Parts: sequence; structure tokens; C-alpha cells
Amino acid sequence: MEQHRKQLEDSGSHCVNQSNIELPWYSNIKYMLVGIVFGIVFVKAEIISWFRIHEMFRLDSFHMYGVIGTAVVVGMISVYVIKQFKIKTFEGETIVIPDKTFDKGQIFGGLIFGLGWAITGACPGPLYAQIGSGHTVIVVTLISAILGTWTYGKFRGKLPH
Amino acid sequence: MIAFLSQPWPWYVAGIFIGLTVPTLLLLGNKCFGISSSLRHICAACIPAKIPFFNYDWKKEMWNIFFVVGVLIGGFIANTFLADPNDVVIAANTKAELTSMGITNYSGLVPVDIFSWAALGELRGWIFMVLGGFLVGFGTRYAGGCTSGHSIMGLSNLQMPSLIATCCFMIGGFLMTWFGLPFLLSL
Repeated sequence: MEQHRKQLEDSGSHCVNQSNIELPWYSNIKYMLVGIVFGIVFVKAEIISWFRIHEMFRLDSFHMYGVIGTAVVVGMISVYVIKQFKIKTFEGETIVIPDKTFDKGQIFGGLIFGLGWAITGACPGPLYAQIGSGHTVIVVTLISAILGTWTYGKFRGKLPH
Repeated sequence: MIAFLSQPWPWYVAGIFIGLTVPTLLLLGNKCFGISSSLRHICAACIPAKIPFFNYDWKKEMWNIFFVVGVLIGGFIANTFLADPNDVVIAANTKAELTSMGITNYSGLVPVDIFSWAALGELRGWIFMVLGGFLVGFGTRYAGGCTSGHSIMGLSNLQMPSLIATCCFMIGGFLMTWFGLPFLLSL
């Protein structure tokens, strides 16, 4: 497990499975349930709306800033409480949140993603929710995003970091 | 109840739910919230091609795939049982600008003028769907995360790299919206 984490972090992943407990595959269903709630919120608050994203980038509405801002504040308080009171997971593990390390990828990659975000009107999460809500053609965008990720992996060694 | 839930939800309700995803995933199993990683896991599972970046035990990251499948199902449920029959209500300014650039249909989550199977055959549709998707997949992995991993999870954990990444996401988005989009929409 430690090796798995190391391997992923060396290759630039900041979000890795931190759990050391081996559980059967169906234990993952709980994450699907969280995803379902998340997907419903995405659609109903119009976060996955191309129009809403453009309203945000045009600075014509507070809506998206309100959503992200509230989410960050709630997340910050939660992380603070978890760290402060050393709250453990339901399985009794200590919660570990690895620090992120800076590299130039956050700048170059961030800008590239930003350009794409304003074109597709969607980050990766909304792509899944758009497909689910019946915009089947977004499967093409998702496959293209997977190929984009693959291309990054392929040429990673040649890119500035 | 259903009628009530079918209206567009206000920003603070959505913000609270999304923010609570962070502690929920941590408490459920020490998982850091992040969605773009799922694209990498799909590469690792389907097309690793002996690339070191995709050579890891993706099965240990299976929870992330379950999560995004959930997001997809959530999208289906919201659209099937809680659908709002009205056009999206957006700021008059944005609507006027977009309309002047040729967007006419405001009924769905995405403008069907651009995002449809038929439009895929046109240069404009191809750029918006294929090139746009490519930039999203390439950029998020290069940046080490997307809006969820950096802007929500990273900022919640007071990470400076995430703040830098978030600023760059926004700069890229502003540049494309203000300078690139008028041209791309005119194609």
C-alpha cells in the first residue's frame, strides 16, 4: 500500500487512495451513492450548465462564485475540525490528507484546462453528469478528455514541470 | 415535494452539499475528493501502453470510478424525475451576448446549437466537443487536478499549489471566454 502511494505521488498524483484497509469491491458502492447525490446537485443547481459557466466567466452572475465559495468554506471548516479533533474514518483509520507540492504544471496545465473549461463549459465532473442527463454526445468530449489525459501521460517526461 | 425539488436549487444549497463531499469521502474511507483522476484510472485500466504514468494498481483507486458512475446516475435521476421544463434563466447580459454570437437554444444544459451528434460533423462542433475535451483532459492532469481536486479539496486543505492552479483555471477561462469564444462561435 505504501509503495502504491509512493508510486502514484512520484508520478505527480496528488489525490491517492490513502486507506490501508483491504475491503471487498462492493464496499465501493457507498462512493457511488455519494456520487449520485453529487450528480443530482450538479444538475439541479445548474453547475453543469454551459450557460451558467459563461455567465460566471462574463462576471454577470454571482451564482457559480457562490457555489464554489460556499463549498470551499464548508470544506475548510470540515478539514479543520477533522484535523483539530483527530477524527478517524468509520473504519477507525487516522485521516491523512497529503500536502500538494508546487510545480509549473499547476500554471501551464491550469491555463490549458481553463481554456478547455470555457469551451466545453464543463470540468471533468460535469461531463459525467451531462452524459447521465441525456446529452449523449458528451461521451465524445469525455473520450477526448481521456485521450488528453493519456497524451499527457505519454509526453509527461518532455513537458516542463 | 417533487415540484419543489424540480426548481433550480440556490447556490448556497449546492455549495453546502459540494463542500460536505470533502469530509464525507474522508470519513468513509480516507479518500481525497477529486474527479479528474478518474480519467487517469480509465487510461491505466484500458490503455496503459506500458507508459510509467499509467503503470499502477488502478484497482486500488476503484472507488473513484464508482464515484463518477454515481455522478452519471445522479445526472440521469435529476433529469428524469426532477426535470425543470423551463429554459435556463441566466443574466440578461450573458444571454444577449451569446444570442448575438448565434446561440439560440437555451433549453438544455448545453447549447444544442453546438453540442449535438449532427454538429460533430462541422468544424465548430468538432472544436467545442473534441478539442475542448482534449484540453480539459490534458490540462487537468498536467495541473494535477481539476476544480474538485484543487479548487475544492486543495483550497479546503489550505494548499498554496491549489490556489495557484485555481487562479490559472480562471485566467484560462477568462481568456477563452473574452477573446477566443467570439471567434470560435463564428466558425
